[in-house]
This record gives sequence, structure tokens and C-alpha cells, in this order.
Amino acid sequence: MADISVVLPSVLQPLAGGQSILTAPTDGAVTVGLLLDSLTADYPVLARRLRDETGALRRYVNIYVNGDEVRRLNGLETEVAAGQEVVIIQSVAGG
Amino acid sequence: MGCMATQESYVLAIGTKKGLWLATSQDRQEWSMSGPHFLMSEVPSIAIDTRDGRTRIMVGVRSEHWGPTVAHSDDLGATWTEPEQGAIKFPEGTDAAVERIWQIYPDAESRPGVVWAGAEPISVWKSTDGGEHFELNRGLWNHPHRSEWGAGYGGAAAHSIVVNSSGDNVHVAMSTGGVYRSLDGGTSWEPRNKGISAYFMPDPNPEFGQCVHKIAADAAVEGRLYAQNHHGVYRTDDDGENWESIADGLPADFGFVMLTHPRRAGTAWVVPLKADGERIPPDGKLAAHRTDDAGKTWKRLDSGLPQGEYNAVLRDAASVDSAEPAGVYFGTRGGSVYASPDEGEHFTEVASHLPDVLCVRAAVVSPALVPAASVPA
Repeated sequence: MADISVVLPSVLQPLAGGQSILTAPTDGAVTVGLLLDSLTADYPVLARRLRDETGALRRYVNIYVNGDEVRRLNGLETEVAAGQEVVIIQSVAGG
Repeated sequence: MGCMATQESYVLAIGTKKGLWLATSQDRQEWSMSGPHFLMSEVPSIAIDTRDGRTRIMVGVRSEHWGPTVAHSDDLGATWTEPEQGAIKFPEGTDAAVERIWQIYPDAESRPGVVWAGAEPISVWKSTDGGEHFELNRGLWNHPHRSEWGAGYGGAAAHSIVVNSSGDNVHVAMSTGGVYRSLDGGTSWEPRNKGISAYFMPDPNPEFGQCVHKIAADAAVEGRLYAQNHHGVYRTDDDGENWESIADGLPADFGFVMLTHPRRAGTAWVVPLKADGERIPPDGKLAAHRTDDAGKTWKRLDSGLPQGEYNAVLRDAASVDSAEPAGVYFGTRGGSVYASPDEGEHFTEVASHLPDVLCVRAAVVSPALVPAASVPA
């Protein structure tokens, strides 16, 4: 079994107990959606910052898997394998 | 000698496009500010709940990135609490997500703990635990008219909630949809818009679909409400069965604000804007207008206000406090905030150059809560 790591932006780290990287053990590929379910189970406020109550990724939250934004892949159904890098970054928005 | 002993202190909460500021005062003329709280999040809704022996500030906060939430503070903003599971969220099966919380409305003194909320998409919510968790009002959410309600420029939301003294009679105003009334405490709802024009629709007198901007209840006359509409200022004396225009005597019938006195019958304030197509104070001169006779006559109130102001005052960017005489407060989209300690006769500037002011709420609080730094020497 190996780990998948998810890198959080600094603004969200206080919602994950100050951690900058969350890790989930996996014995195979897992979807980004399930990965978020697992990693945010203990951090419900963090979970709400990333996805709304329908489960949809918030519009200006971007998740990258090995450098590709998941909306250009298969959304939250995008599969991630152990060893791949997952990074969460807020998009540039607002004024 | 130190400062003169005072019986009351005041807190003024200012929600803006980029955060919350809190102002405190002993005399409603000199103010001390703290903030920004929630920097870079908009704060479109605030309630200051002074029931039950505490002062709880509740705020609807919305980050463009991280979504909406409700937080509260019981220590005038020194610390904030966000319920871990979220205060307002659509239940499973509704396939909806909260976009913005437009209104937080503490119920009557006799029902401490009961707090209502209005949100976008158009929905009404009720808490019985002081605003920490809200339940969706299913009667309004499942209303057969819902698919026909529309969105105003700012979004589709329930923005006004008025509950009568017994708690049975609830009015909700939504843009666009109009006024809906429940006679059973919110279980069932019917439109109540007779007499309110919807000039922008093919039938200008529809059963529903009006663009009501704000409603408020008369403090002392049961069944009397006032409405500022998208063009049109109205009063009802029969619980919304019939509305009649009270716009005569105002410089314009457009605007967003409708305030009523905390105790006195027949007293209300509006802040007119020139027109739908010209959303500025008439002639660029900012003024509130007050009626003391339920809309028969209006008095222009501009002492202390700028005569050369081209920003609008939004529907919740205005408030009254419960003191005697009542304080009147409002803020502009240009980031100026004004306070009057005498029902609008004289205003002073509390703040300027803030981000767009979206919501203002004021309350009388215990002097013990107000930091000593804000006490004038």
C-alpha cells in the first residue's frame, strides 16, 4: 500500500490542523472525488471550502493531478494513482 | 474624572464586498472601528441578536473561492465560530447548493433562539438554536411557483423575512417573485402582491413576479407593512391583501431600502434613487426620507450627508437601532457609512472609502462589551 499526497494552499491549511500536505493510503487508483472524501472526513469545514453540498467542485477551486487541471481530465472522476501529485490551488478571480 | 457614565453603548456592523468592519460608540457620534474581519470575503447579511442575555453577531460570509457560510461571534468580533457541519446547506435530494445568504433575521423577543434566514437560490431557512443550524423551509422550496421565480440583477434570493408577534404570520419577499405570506408559521405560502405593479412584465399586475426590493413591518400596527419595489413604494394595512402606493411626496419611487421604527406606528425611512436606469441619488444629492404618518407625507433628511454622491444604497445597507430616539444608519456602494442619533435629522460620517457596503446592522449593547478604547475621554 502506498500514499497519495494532496498539497493544500496556505489559506486552507488552518482548516486541516495546520498541515500543508494531506496523505491517504491507497492500494490502487482512486478518483479525486473519493480521495477528497477520505482526506476531508475529519475536516468538514475544509470539505465545504472545496465542494458545495451537491458534491460539485467550487467554481474557482482548481485541482491539478500531475500538472493537469481535473476539469480538463475527467473532473472529480479523474483517477489518481499512488505516486502522482495532487495540488489544490485557488484560481485567480475577483477584483 | 473619567468619562461620563452611560447606560447604553452601540455597535454598528458593516458588511462590505471585502469583509466586515465593526464600529462601536457611546453616543452614536464618535465611533471606533475594528476590521476588516473576513478580509476578501463579502458579507451580504448580518444580524445582531441581543435576546437571551447575550449579544451574538451572525454574519453570512461568502468567498468567491471557498463559497458561503455563516459564522457567529458572542464577543463583538474578538472570536468567530463557524459550525463544523455548516449552518445552512441544502439537504440531500434537493440538488441545490447555497450561493449566498442574503438575510439573517432574529425572531421576536418571546422566541429566543429562533432565527430565520433568506438565501440564494430563493429559499427560506429557520434555526431554533440561535443561528448555528438552519432547516430548509420545505413549504416555500416546494412551492409550485418556484420554477417561475426569476433573478434580479443581484441574483435570485429571498431577501426579506417579517414575522408577526404571534409567529403564525410570516411574510417573505423575493426578487423576483414578490411577496409571499404564510398564515401557519411557514408551512404553506401564497403570493400577496395585489396593487404592486410589475411594469416590466407583459401583464403589469400579475399574481406574482414582482421585483420587491425590501419589506418591513410597522412597529405598532399589526397587519401593516411597507414595501420598496423596483419602482414603487407601497403600504398594506391588511396583511398584504391589498397594497397601495405611498410614493407621492418622494423625489423618486425607485430604491432598495425600507426601514421601520422599532416602536412608533407609521414611521418608516427610504433612501430614493432616481430610477432603474439611473441608480444614483436624485440630482446626485444623497438623502433619506422619513414618513411619520404611514406614507401620507415624507420629510427629506440630508443634514450631514454629501451633496454630490453618485453611489447607490443597497437593500440591506441600512438599519435602525432600538434606542430612543432611534438611530438610523446606512452605507453606500462607494464605501461611506452614515449614522444619525436622532431618527435621521442629523447624520455624521462613520467611515469612508470602505469597499462597497452590502449590509449594515446596528444595536444597543451593554457598555461592558464595548472596548474601553472606544470610550471618549
